[in-house]
Formats: sequence, structure tokens, C-alpha cells
Amino acid sequence: MRKGRSLFGLLFALGAFPGAAEEIGDADHGGGVFNKECAACHRIGPEAQHRVGPRLTGIFGRRAGSEEDFSYSKSMARMGADGLTWTLETLDAYIANPKALVSGTKMNYRGLASDADRADLMAFLREFSDEPQNIPEAEPTALKTNPDLSPEVLAIKGDPAYGEYLASECQTCHQADGSDQGIPSIIAWPPEDFVIAMHAYKQKLRPHPVMQMMAGRLNEEEIAALAAYFATLE
Amino acid sequence: MKLNRRLFLGTGIAASALLTAPTVWGQAKPKVVVIGGGAGGATAARYLAKDSQGALEVTLVEANPIYTTCFFSNLYLGGFREFESLQHGYDKMAGAGVTVINDIATAVDRAAKTVTLAGGQVLPYDRLVLSPGIDFKDGSVPGWSVDTHAEIMPHAYKAGPQTQLLKKMVEEMPEGGTFAMVAPPNPYRCPPGPYERISMIAHVLKGKNPTAKILVLDPKDKFSKQALFEDGWQRHYGTMVEWIGPDFGGGAVEVRPDTMEVVIDGEATKVDCCNVIPGQMAGKIAALAGVTDDSGWAPVDPATMKSKMDENVWVLGDSSAQGDMPKSGFSANSQAKVASMTIRGELTGSKTFPAKYSNTCWSLLAPDDGVKVGASYESTPEKIASVESFVSEVGEDAALRKATYEESLGWYAGITADMFG
Ligand SMILES: Cc1cc2nc3c(=O)[nH]c(=O)nc-3n(C[C@H](O)[C@H](O)[C@H](O)COP(=O)(O)OP(=O)(O)OC[C@H]3O[C@@H](n4cnc5c(N)ncnc54)[C@H](O)[C@@H]3O)c2cc1C
Repeated sequence: MRKGRSLFGLLFALGAFPGAAEEIGDADHGGGVFNKECAACHRIGPEAQHRVGPRLTGIFGRRAGSEEDFSYSKSMARMGADGLTWTLETLDAYIANPKALVSGTKMNYRGLASDADRADLMAFLREFSDEPQNIPEAEPTALKTNPDLSPEVLAIKGDPAYGEYLASECQTCHQADGSDQGIPSIIAWPPEDFVIAMHAYKQKLRPHPVMQMMAGRLNEEEIAALAAYFATLE
Repeated sequence: MKLNRRLFLGTGIAASALLTAPTVWGQAKPKVVVIGGGAGGATAARYLAKDSQGALEVTLVEANPIYTTCFFSNLYLGGFREFESLQHGYDKMAGAGVTVINDIATAVDRAAKTVTLAGGQVLPYDRLVLSPGIDFKDGSVPGWSVDTHAEIMPHAYKAGPQTQLLKKMVEEMPEGGTFAMVAPPNPYRCPPGPYERISMIAHVLKGKNPTAKILVLDPKDKFSKQALFEDGWQRHYGTMVEWIGPDFGGGAVEVRPDTMEVVIDGEATKVDCCNVIPGQMAGKIAALAGVTDDSGWAPVDPATMKSKMDENVWVLGDSSAQGDMPKSGFSANSQAKVASMTIRGELTGSKTFPAKYSNTCWSLLAPDDGVKVGASYESTPEKIASVESFVSEVGEDAALRKATYEESLGWYAGITADMFG
């Protein structure tokens, strides 16, 4: 999903916030998109009720077709039963072209073609769903930086101080002295094995969700730096 | 660096010299004072001292000689841990280069850059780190106040004697008696904590007092891992646990400690044990230091954990208002690493890197039935934002649930070693 050209986006592009995540979009502008495109049929907010369409408060993380007091199309109910849950990606795809995702949807809407408008709309809608501070599993509120493209990170590859900083995150769970109970030791591995294991998590071939997430935010140089660092610990 | 600049101008040295060689200024090493030796503060003090290799003078001020972790205190309530296994001393801190002072910080003078202790000592600092955890909002549960009623209706939300008291009360409940929990409003430390506690108390009662009842009175209409908890309660404890959300009066609760009653939506019910977890705010010293806002929490810069009120003060852990990270020991530990990196950068000129934050919270539903929720976070200009999350699923097989529980044991061993050495 591409974000709109918000002020923050520009600052980020200029490198003012190294390592900063991307905003989903410009929520203020998204509010305008909502009023223009959606508000004829949908309400959103703490007191919102269903209208022609279901209320959109708390949409993220909700199963499709699951508001008990709303009558959905058969198609939408079936998609929900099949497991469709509204996330930033699925809702974006639906709004881009509703009938492509849910063929028999009652929503009589041609779709919103502009990527930037949709991103801004998502940012606006996201403000009315669960807060991750209280419900940590809630849908993210920003887009993660792609570790493989981040210029700040590429510039510091091979820096042992950086390897040490990265390693501090591993040591919340994996003990520096190599003890392993419940969580395996990661010290003194041959670097090659370490790199292979981390890439297997990154590609989600190995199943562990914490490790998939941790490895997923590291690029090749970072994985190599960690492998080198942990190989030296005894 | 206001104070430093003033001193420099006074002695006629160019202020820019400070930026290039701060460590040699005035011969003395830069001083960092850390208030609070819990999850955030202990980690920050240890990393600051360890990674700066003697270039900084790091002092940790902690009220208690022994820290009792809230994390795993529910497992103690459930009979899965000994109380002593939750306790950690500060004896290894000295080896890491940290000076530990066992006293209470009573005042912070941000203009003079000093901290005053109850014992009278005044500690000057160049950078101050506050990680004082939480305090309770008085009046948040009508009829209950922490000063007068915590011995009758314990909170057990700061681990220690309160946790032991709650365990004893649960064990002494009469046959078929009623346990009630008044759950806290958002935001509070450890989003799944109250519900893991319910699971552990249900486990104890199932063994000792199977006809007992558990009421959860909740002002929130939703909570973390809700589907997992509700599924676990039903599978392991049948109808023992009844959760009453705001739609059924859970949000309008008053307690009467003198008669051991809870009043739900105007109707009084007799209970035998009552756990009141009130609304929360930043540890008092953060407010005394003037770094909190109207919300009662201390706003911080998401990329560094530096206070938005003072460039020489950092606020970590539960006390901070940073955005999307839940208030947890894992979060506090993660934030402390970013803070110590940025403080070292300012004081010793060491390199700084883009902040990475993460959190995972494990909860135990019943023996060998563990679940978890986690996320990774990055800073945006406004807040620390969640960028990816995961949660265990209802219906996972027993082997995975057991592995998840065992993993939490490993995490506890790992994170406490990372904090206390
Ligand atoms: C029941 C329960 C279960 C939990 N389970 C988990 C879990 O499984 N995983 C997890 O990650 N988190 C868990 N938590 C949350 C975790 O305990 C807190 O989020 C974490 O301790 C916060 O760290 P902190 O540094 O902000 O504060 P704390 O760890 O509370 O440390 C604050 C310290 O500051 C000291 N202090 C305060 N004021 C002063 C002063 N003026 N002078 C001197 N010293 C002072 C206090 O004595 C204390 O030692 C749980 C919490 C509870 C209540």
C-alpha cells in the first residue's frame, strides 16, 4: 500500500527521521475521502449505528460479515465464514474493487482507484479500531520499513557496534551465557547455520511467530552481523 | 544542555567543544542517575554502565533492596512458582559498574539537575532516567482507597506482600465461595495480566474448592487475547468464571470493604475474596519531576524515549506515554536499550542507530496451556507505532501450547538475567 504525500512522508523521504516507520496515510485527508465516498451509507465513531451499510467502528480485526445486528449479503457472510478478516491489506483490496473480492456484495460502490486516497482513508478508518497499547494483537497503525531497502541501515553494515545493539534485542529471551530452557541457545553457532536459520524464519519456512517477526525486520547484512557477533560469544 | 552551556560561557570555553569531547569536560565523568530499579530502570542502568565501559558514572536509586517481578506473579498465585523465584537482588549491578543506592527519590530539580533522596542525599546528574512504574489513581473504584483498603481487598498489582496476601485469601475462601476481580480501565500495566490471573485462580479453586465462583467485573468491553482466555476458561474451568462487561454493569462497580460486598449496577453481592485493580498513572516521582501531562503519564519522543518536557530526562516503561506499546516488562526492557544507546550517544559520542522495539506477552491458561501475543514497533514522528503483530490461535494443539509455556519459562530466565545480571 502506498501512502499519501503527507508532510511527515516528505520529511521521512528526506531522511529527517532515520529508521522511522511510514504512516499508513494522511488521516485528516482520509476523513475528507470518507465524507465524500462513504458517509452516504456508513457511520463511524463511538456512537455510530448501522445505516444502509454497517457501522465501521472497530472494523480492523473483525471477521467479514460478523456484526450481529446487520443483514449482510450471502456472499459477504460466506467470505467471513471462510475466514476473511478485515486488515489494512484486505480492506484496501475490497475498497479498490469491491466485487473483485466479494462477488455478490450488496455494497453498490464502483471502487476507489487512487492508491493515495485509499491509503489516507485507511489511516482515517484505523483511528476508530482497537488501540495496540491496550490490545497488542490489534491491527498495526503504521507500515513497517522494508529492511532490505533502508538506506540508513545499509550505511552501517558490518559495524560491530551495530551488531551489538541488534543483539541486545535477542538477549531479552536468549541468554548471553548460552543456557537453554524453553528457548534455545544461540551462541557459538557456526555463522552459516545461524544465517540459514534466520533466513528460514524471514521467509516464514520455520514456523515460530516471534522469530518470523524478529527475522522479518532484519536485512541480510544485519543477519550476517548478528551471526558474526553470536559466533564470538562463549 | 542548557546548564552546560552556561558553565562553558562562564569559563570562556567554546560551547562546541562540549559536543566533540564531552567526556573530558571538567575532568569528571558524565553522571547518569536512574530512578527505579525495575524492568526498565535495571536494564537501562546495566546497559549504560556495561556498554560505556566506565566512561559514565551510573547511579541507580531503588526504594526496595529486593525487586519482586510482577511478571510470573500470577504463576505464583496458581502454584506454578515459588515466591522466592520472583525475587531479584541488585548484587550483580556493582560488577557491571552501577552504583546502587537503596533509598526513595523524593524530588527532582530539573533546573539544577539534581535528585533529592528521602535520606537527604542530593545527586547531581547530566542525564536522568525515570522508570518508576505505576501508581494507583485514587477514587477510580468507588469505596476503595489504596491506603485504607489494600489489606482487605488487595490489588496485588505491585508484586510483593500484596501478592502473598491475595494468594492466602484465595486459599482460605470458604467452600463454594465467591471471588471477585474489579478489572482496571485502559491503559494499565500488562493488558493480559488480569485475565491470566483469573485463569490461575480458577486453576487453584478447581483443585481446592471446585464449587467456588469467579466474577470478573470489567469496565472494558474488550480485552487482549479475549477469545483465547474465554475458550481456555470454558475448556478448563467450565462455568466457574463469569465475565461481566460494561453492558451488564461491569463498568459501574462500587466496593464495600467493611461488609465484603461489591455493588454491581446498584445491586450488592456478598463476596469472599476481592481483588481490586484500580486505574493507573505514572509512578509519583514522574509527576513530581513535572514530566507528566494531563493524562497522568509522561509523554516521550518515540525515537529515543526522551521526555518531551526536558531534553535531559528520559522516561521508560509503564510511566511513559509513547504510543502503541503495551505497558509490560518486555516493553520496558526494550525501551531501556534504546534509551541507553541514545544517552551514551549524547554523553560519550558513541554511535546511535534507528530504534527498534518489540514486545511479547505470554499467558498461562492452565497447566501446559500457554498462549502469547506479540508485536514489533517502529517510531513515527508522532508515536511508537505497531507495525506487525501476532497472537496465538484458538484450537492450537496441546504440544504447541506446552511449547509456548516452556518458552515463557525461558523468556523469564532470559529477561531477568538481562535486567539484573
Ligand atoms: C500481574 C502482573 C503480571 C505481569 N506479567 C507480565 C508478563 O508476563 N510479561 C511482561 O512483560 N510484563 C508483565 N507485567 C508488567 C510488568 O511488570 C511491568 O510492565 C514492568 O514491571 C514495568 O517496568 P517499569 O520499569 O516501568 O516499572 P517497575 O518494574 O514497576 O519498576 C519500578 C521500580 O521503581 C521503584 N520506584 C518507584 N518510585 C521510586 C522512587 N521515587 N524512588 C526509588 N525507587 C522508586 C519501585 O520500587 C520499582 O522497583 C505484569 C504485571 C502484573 C501486575
